[in-house]
Amino acid sequence: MNDEIRYMLDRAARGKMPRRAFLGRAAALGVASTAATGLLTRAVHAQGPRQGGSLVVGMQGGESTNSLDPALAASQVPFLYGYCAGETLVNIAPDGSLLPKLAEEWDASANAQTWRFKIRRGVQFHNGQTLTPEDVAQTLRRHSDENSQSGALGIMRGISSIAVDGDHVVLETATPNADLPYLLADYHLLIQPNGGFDDPTSGIMTGPYKWAENEPGVRHVLEKFDGHWDSGVGHFNSIEILVINDATARNSALQSGQVQLINRVEPRVAGLLSRAPGVSVESAGGRGHYVFIMRCDAAPFDNNDLRMALKLAVNRQDMVDRILRGYGSIGNDMPINAAYPLFDDTIPQREYDPDQARFYYERSGHSGPIDLRTSEVAFPGAIDAAQLFKESAAAAGIDLNIIREPGDGYWSEVWNVQPFSASYWGGRPVQDQMYSTAYLSTADWNDTAFRNAHFDEMLIQARGELDLTRRKELYSEMGRLVRDEGGLIAPMFNDFIDAHNDQVAGWVSNPAAEMMGGQAAIMMWSAT
Amino acid sequence: MHPILKLVIQRLALGLLLLLAASVLIFVGTQILPGDVAQAVLGQNATPEALANMRASLGLDQPAYARYFSWLFSALHGDLGHALSNGRDIAESISGRMRNTLFLASVAAAISVPLAIFLGLLAVRYRDRWPDRLISAITLASISLPEFLLGYVVMYFLSVKLGWFPSVSNINSGMTFWQKLNAVALPATVLTLVVLAHMMRMTRAAILNVMQSAYIETAELKGLRRFTIIARHAMPNAIAPIVNVVMINLAYLVVGVVVIEVVFVYPGMGQYLVDHVSKRDVPVVQACGLIFATVYIGMNLLADLIAILSNPRLRHPK
Repeated sequence: MNDEIRYMLDRAARGKMPRRAFLGRAAALGVASTAATGLLTRAVHAQGPRQGGSLVVGMQGGESTNSLDPALAASQVPFLYGYCAGETLVNIAPDGSLLPKLAEEWDASANAQTWRFKIRRGVQFHNGQTLTPEDVAQTLRRHSDENSQSGALGIMRGISSIAVDGDHVVLETATPNADLPYLLADYHLLIQPNGGFDDPTSGIMTGPYKWAENEPGVRHVLEKFDGHWDSGVGHFNSIEILVINDATARNSALQSGQVQLINRVEPRVAGLLSRAPGVSVESAGGRGHYVFIMRCDAAPFDNNDLRMALKLAVNRQDMVDRILRGYGSIGNDMPINAAYPLFDDTIPQREYDPDQARFYYERSGHSGPIDLRTSEVAFPGAIDAAQLFKESAAAAGIDLNIIREPGDGYWSEVWNVQPFSASYWGGRPVQDQMYSTAYLSTADWNDTAFRNAHFDEMLIQARGELDLTRRKELYSEMGRLVRDEGGLIAPMFNDFIDAHNDQVAGWVSNPAAEMMGGQAAIMMWSAT
Repeated sequence: MHPILKLVIQRLALGLLLLLAASVLIFVGTQILPGDVAQAVLGQNATPEALANMRASLGLDQPAYARYFSWLFSALHGDLGHALSNGRDIAESISGRMRNTLFLASVAAAISVPLAIFLGLLAVRYRDRWPDRLISAITLASISLPEFLLGYVVMYFLSVKLGWFPSVSNINSGMTFWQKLNAVALPATVLTLVVLAHMMRMTRAAILNVMQSAYIETAELKGLRRFTIIARHAMPNAIAPIVNVVMINLAYLVVGVVVIEVVFVYPGMGQYLVDHVSKRDVPVVQACGLIFATVYIGMNLLADLIAILSNPRLRHPK
């Protein structure tokens, strides 16, 4: 790279030279425009966040029925605008560790039942009020109340008392829970003045952006809040979120430059989109997984040999390649992957093995076709995935009979009812929550009807274990139990696929959720 | 009383009666949806007490006919109530969406109606020759393609490739009229293509029907230009069927464009209704249903009146 380009690059990255002018002059010096764009992108990253500009995001997952009440957030758009306007006590960093937000620090009693969170001082709400520990306590109380219809109610049920002690909020849990700070990173638990008891939909919170316009299902506009405590976030002057529920329309809007960032790129077009000029497709390996579930209490799946035969009869890599187009990773018949903290990567990966499958199938003594129910709503590509499963199983002498169910009523009539069906899980922030939701004997959503007293015992024990090495061992053993004896066939973990163009920079993959774990709008910056 | 005035009043009264019947149907329809509002709102958290409390606060413990009349009475006063899902005032939310829908519909209508009639006349003028064939082929092709596909095609060429118009037709109150017009260019184009064929073919067929009459022959013998004959002499007598088809298409532009709204991200009524149906937000569904019924009945009423007024035999009954 010659000096002239280096000089121009420096000026362009610092915003002293227009981007277009840089690309033009670079072309004059014989640098291809794609290469010049790449150079500029890297230089902009090296330069650090730039202030100013505005961001327009095109997103799937917004409805006219969306509310500003964080308790009611259930789709992608409220998820993202929640993190623009509000903040939780803690956040989960891309590496799975905890980041202090409105809680500066925290500690637990030795039995992991009493947690003290020190609330940050000098934080302002958008209306000028100062954040107090009482606001935090009230917020948590509101989400613990059945009447708030909060999406975090399940998390809050485990908390038996919420009290304020000076600068601290003190939480008591009914049973030991070493994961409590992780649970408080839930996107519903945005801190509101007086907990939102006065007006839950006011939108007044402590985030880096305050509300300017709110048209649910259409567009949301937020403006930078000057009194925000953290200069590390909120680089744009304004953020506009456009609800674009149609996938093709989202891609077109990004390509024509009307929006700079989109979510939910379909795997089948991700490759094409990434070849469009100036567009970067970002995928993050997440915790969500596509599964086939066998109910361990229903014939013929009450036989572990048959379950094992079916687990061995799935060609996982083939499914990742064809159903996810490579935007994902193979699963290991347990709901946990490397995106979880305390994951044990020494658990052997189960591979497609028709001979072994045939051996287990014959040992199970089962004969005749096995019904597998699927539907287009089970997960994207579930019909095709069932067909792939049928073929790979046929090679092992297992006859699968695919039954295609209507989408309407699939979650009430088929999933968690029929003995063998296709489904998906969105994943949870920590292993304990995932296992407690769907693998504890008494869980409502124990869709594989997996009941194992030893597993339950370890789950409760791990929840109160503050020694991380010991916890990891426990989780490892639990994972192996589910993998070898459970009713879960988890062939693949799907990635979150988002895309942005070269007018914005600062993307960091985060396995917690799409859009950098919901932080994209407040952490990225303008590159033009 | 002038017979025309009497006729208009009769028609209006009939229209209102029809609207009342439609309001009953809408109310009954939302009542027989599985699960009531309280259940839909509370979802998995529903406990018997919470359900009872909610039903009482929403007045669901009243008998259905009492609820119908109180709903109708408030609706007549312009009070459509509050959405259950996000607590917003329905009349306020709908009026913005309604304005957007009407704006898009008027732009599409302003292009498509004159264009369809002109193309229809042209097709008659060059009947069975290449212009007629070409017009038929193009309009039939555009009506046969699904709307969303037309949308994607138009979007790909005019927005992504050429960059003439935005692919996201988001409009808001801060925009000027010309900005709004630019924003709706693509959806208006697609809607024009979708409704063109129906109106064009009806115009062609109705005029061809009239062209067989003896007075057309007289006009030809008078030596008038063929296009003048069609536009001045044949067209007025074919107006009734054309107006009917035009009105049906205009009503469609208002109530049936949810697919186009989704593809072009246009904040109209269709998307608003669909979102609330999936959340079982019954007050909103009722309000939208009532508005759509009003539009349909109103348009058809207007078509009837124009058809009657355009026909001297009906205008001056013996």
